Amino acid sequence: MKILIPTPLRQYADKQAAIDINGATVGEALGNLTSRYGDLRKHLYTDDGKLRAFVNVYVNDEDIRYLSKEQTPVKQGDTIAIVPSIAGGVFVDCVIE
Amino acid sequence: MLKIAHSCYHALRRHGEATYPHECCGVLLGTMAGDERTVVDVVRAGNTRLDSPHNRYHIDPKELVRIQRQARERELDIVGFYHSHPDHPARWSPTDFAEAHWIGCSYVITSVEKGTACLTNSFALLGETEEAKRFEDETIEVEAEDRAVRCYQPSE
Repeated sequence: MKILIPTPLRQYADKQAAIDINGATVGEALGNLTSRYGDLRKHLYTDDGKLRAFVNVYVNDEDIRYLSKEQTPVKQGDTIAIVPSIAGGVFVDCVIE
Repeated sequence: MLKIAHSCYHALRRHGEATYPHECCGVLLGTMAGDERTVVDVVRAGNTRLDSPHNRYHIDPKELVRIQRQARERELDIVGFYHSHPDHPARWSPTDFAEAHWIGCSYVITSVEKGTACLTNSFALLGETEEAKRFEDETIEVEAEDRAVRCYQPSE
């Protein structure tokens, strides 16, 4: 299956935008990915081995948080997308009059 | 540096005017070469922060997945994001910084005062890790309609 690498992480994956990886679950596939590209690990996982809160992982068009998380099964032909969150906004402590 | 086509520059500013007094948000598509990001298209995105749209924005990751897929089909990359600050300066806020995770990409902010787009600034998110990330002001180079180039330095 294919894992799509977001722009910020490609420098740690030989500048590739998509990588073919094997694995029976999302966790296994990501583990194989970070085994192959060790520098990716600290960008995806915290020191205690959990996926960082701002890292969203999709299998095809489904968020793994609403499936079986890292135990979500995957198969040949699936696409895993790693998508860091994008959010923000004004911290309003004054308003332009 | 952020290079952006004239049509794209004005499109993101108009988006901020259209959603005023709420924050708009969207995605910048283009190419990267070293420290330069070139924008050839902008894609409007929905703001899921319906609870506080006047001072918060969030793009649904599922929408990003779709935008990323369509960009790949066009051989383009996500090179940054834009949003607006209604009646507030075009500078990044602590919230903007805390929620910025696309290191190497540009974050473009437009101040929209009483419904009119004013300043547009761009900030490159740099650093080796999430813990060491930082915003740096970057120049916006706009390719004008007459093909001339106009540069905008970040300002208050």
